[in-house]
Amino acid sequence: MTELELAGQVVELVRRLGGPGAQAEAVVTRADLALTRFANSGIHQNVSESTVGVRLRVNVDGRTATGGGSVVTADGLVALVERTLTAARLCPPDPGWPGLTPPTPTPDAPPVDEATAHAEPDQRADRVGAFVAAAGGLSTAGYCRTAHRSSAFANSAGHSAYGRSVEAAMDGIARRDGADGVARRSADRLSDLDGAELGAQAAAKAQAAADPVELPPGHYEVVFEPAAVADLLQNLSWYGFNGKRYAERQSFAEPGAAQFDRAVTLVDDPLGGSGLPFDAEGTGRRALTLVEAGTTRAVAHDRRTAAEAGTESTGHAVAGGATWGPMARNLRLSGAAAGPASATGRSTTGAAAGAVVDVDTAALVAGVRRGLLVTDLWYTRVLDPKSLVVTGLTRNGVWLIEDGTVVRAVRDLRFTESYPRALGPGAVLGLGARAVRQPERVDGAWWAAPSLRLASWHFTGGASG
Amino acid sequence: MTEFDAATAAVQAALDAGARYADARVMHRRYESMTARNGDVEELTQDESIGLGVRALVGASWGFHAVPDLSDAAARDAGRRATRTAMASARVPGPPVDLVPVQAVTASWASGCQVDPLGVPLSDKGDLLVDATRTMTKHGADLAEGLYQIWDTAKWFVSSEGHRIDQRIRECGGGISATSIGDGETQRRSWPSYRGQYGTTGWELVESLDLAAHAAQIAEESRALLTAPQCPAGETDLILGGEQLALQIHESVGHAIELDRILGWEAAFAGTSWLDLAQLGSLRYGSELMNITIDPTIPGALGSFGFDDEGSPAVKRDAVRDGRWVGVLAGRDSAAMASLDYGGSVRADGWARLPMVRMTNVGLEPGPHTLDEIIAATDDGVLMDLNRSWSIDDKRLNFQFGCEVGWEIKKGRRGRMLRNPTYTGIGPLFWRSMDMLSNETISWGTPNCGKGQPGQIGHTGHPAAPARFRNVRVGVSA
Repeated sequence: MTELELAGQVVELVRRLGGPGAQAEAVVTRADLALTRFANSGIHQNVSESTVGVRLRVNVDGRTATGGGSVVTADGLVALVERTLTAARLCPPDPGWPGLTPPTPTPDAPPVDEATAHAEPDQRADRVGAFVAAAGGLSTAGYCRTAHRSSAFANSAGHSAYGRSVEAAMDGIARRDGADGVARRSADRLSDLDGAELGAQAAAKAQAAADPVELPPGHYEVVFEPAAVADLLQNLSWYGFNGKRYAERQSFAEPGAAQFDRAVTLVDDPLGGSGLPFDAEGTGRRALTLVEAGTTRAVAHDRRTAAEAGTESTGHAVAGGATWGPMARNLRLSGAAAGPASATGRSTTGAAAGAVVDVDTAALVAGVRRGLLVTDLWYTRVLDPKSLVVTGLTRNGVWLIEDGTVVRAVRDLRFTESYPRALGPGAVLGLGARAVRQPERVDGAWWAAPSLRLASWHFTGGASG
Repeated sequence: MTEFDAATAAVQAALDAGARYADARVMHRRYESMTARNGDVEELTQDESIGLGVRALVGASWGFHAVPDLSDAAARDAGRRATRTAMASARVPGPPVDLVPVQAVTASWASGCQVDPLGVPLSDKGDLLVDATRTMTKHGADLAEGLYQIWDTAKWFVSSEGHRIDQRIRECGGGISATSIGDGETQRRSWPSYRGQYGTTGWELVESLDLAAHAAQIAEESRALLTAPQCPAGETDLILGGEQLALQIHESVGHAIELDRILGWEAAFAGTSWLDLAQLGSLRYGSELMNITIDPTIPGALGSFGFDDEGSPAVKRDAVRDGRWVGVLAGRDSAAMASLDYGGSVRADGWARLPMVRMTNVGLEPGPHTLDEIIAATDDGVLMDLNRSWSIDDKRLNFQFGCEVGWEIKKGRRGRMLRNPTYTGIGPLFWRSMDMLSNETISWGTPNCGKGQPGQIGHTGHPAAPARFRNVRVGVSA
């Protein structure tokens, strides 16, 4: 039975067992997910799963409940529907119920790469092998993963949708004397991931990260590489552009206000890569401009938050969204309109590319009189959601820049900083031209960003004390 | 076909396909959660999931495959696919893999449960959260939130060495929080803990929290925090409440003593550890008051079980004794690689996930004092409680925690409430500065410990009591 047939069957069961007044929406997803993990330069964990899941949301007499399960036999579906209806009937009323998505066309999704959808463990292992070999004897660790989802939506208002998505990602470090270098990519095709290129990049950064020195805390000008910028995008999305937090006045976002530097344009672009063409409520997904040339334009909505705000869903409903709110999970920070002024960077720390591995970053570094080059941010946690003050650490390489040149590796630093303030008017001193797609911890989400130069970042202490 | 039959078929298929060792775990989990906000139920979710995961070892390489189908054909196919994946792993081989010996057993185990949490009427559970959140709203909270979660998990484990173990573990818990929103910032107070308190127990745990009785107070405190003085910056004596100390133990001891991290298996993601196995038994981790145990046998604590997900029995061990590091959290393969003779700390968060080294109940043994005695003995300091934010580096050394609330301590008395309290430090230096420890221990449950790729959410327990630390840096801000 297809996913669409299964979803339709669940909705029909709700009609039959819940009566004509019962509203229902069902999502059925089959997934083939695999992840090959390596450490100490050998594959040590290699996993795959072939799963099916059903998620059902019902509203009966103004009361809402959600059910889910992995049992898609006839009896299993009946049990799922019965227990979800029972739960709804016993629940207190749900005054915020926004109703179901009406029948609407589903946007065209990009084509999926069948080779990635059906990738074998050998193919992932070979990319890992290439990464390890390219690291030139340094100890390596990381993963290569592939994901294929086939998903259908149906509701009792007569709306249905179907789509497939695939994704491949690779993330690895190379280590030299405790100093790590990283390379990370998300792609629509496994064939777009070059283990050797990533391994060489990680190794070059690890070589350049050796013998770090301690720097005093303080405000530093910074150049963030795309991996570090991805953390900014994730936190801005989850806490700032989340329609629920906005409605609760817990978000900094003020649509119409020039809250960011004019260099900042943020677009959530779920179909910019292979992605499902609809959200958890069946609403079609499309690009949404959140910030345009520094001015906040929108926040993400699902049907519940949209109804509360008197607007339309933007297609950002996620499972569990009543609690967590709608999420933009495919955010792109646009690069500089023109290419960088300089295509070469200078490094005194190592051979080959050294700390700087691409021309965009090199151009930004070249303009810094004194500052830090930061590869990656780690364990970032929000101290206050409204001001979006975040603490965290650098990871996988930090270097001191003097007079446009990377002069030495630096020990990891802790920071405490307000993300919107750091990106505020006048704070962005440069952007790379190319946005590089970074994987999220789960497939289906990604963050695309170029390197970014900021006027100030508040480092509050060294990792040594 | 029983669950044991499916697991047995998967293991046999893996062996037939060339595995030298295999194990399989069927898990059936029912999950229920409810959230309420400002007097309304916000979300009610019920999930039921059942499936099988099989792990195969070929030479020095592992493979794992999971399916939601317990038919004989599906189970055998899963066993073969796990073995094929293990063979692919051999293209980039690691060091030889051995397993420390474990006696094969046939056994059953169940956690204690007085009141079946899934048997409590939904309307009663909803009323509990609705009433508490309504009270908080009346007492000034802009956002009044309540939550409970229930997991009811049955497992059937079979290994090619002869294990045949079934377990049923019921876990539940909940809590409430009040958020007040000011001009450009928010303040939050929770009861009894951020995200609540959890255990391997029945609904009696949630009832014992008496959420409604604490609703008004935390709402008023969240509003009062908006105008409270900022926690001053500097070095001072720090008294931590038990809930915050539980998280301190989790982050700066529990993760640091995970053997897979020490061996570098988590280097690219969760990170490594500052600990060096060559110093096991000799390294001074903290003051002599510091006695940390690994104890999955504590009745009702969230990290309790009868057997881990490799079939190793639950056993209490020392991790830190009199301030000295003496033990690790280990699995059968990591222990063998480190030449240790025990595992017992390996779990998976579902049938589709690979078992890996996880905390059980990692806790601090109590000291001789009460919190009041610690306060009375402190001339100048800050008391902080209930976690608000947490961050620690990839070697588990440099940490910064934010708490919901602080209080000035002056001349042995608790003074003004302080907002935005934070403290920072380096794990072993911090633990060596602990000089007073309370006897008021609670086993705090942490239901959201993230680790592994693909990601897994672990449930851990942390017995902890209030304690005092000397000369700690506090008041870090943006």
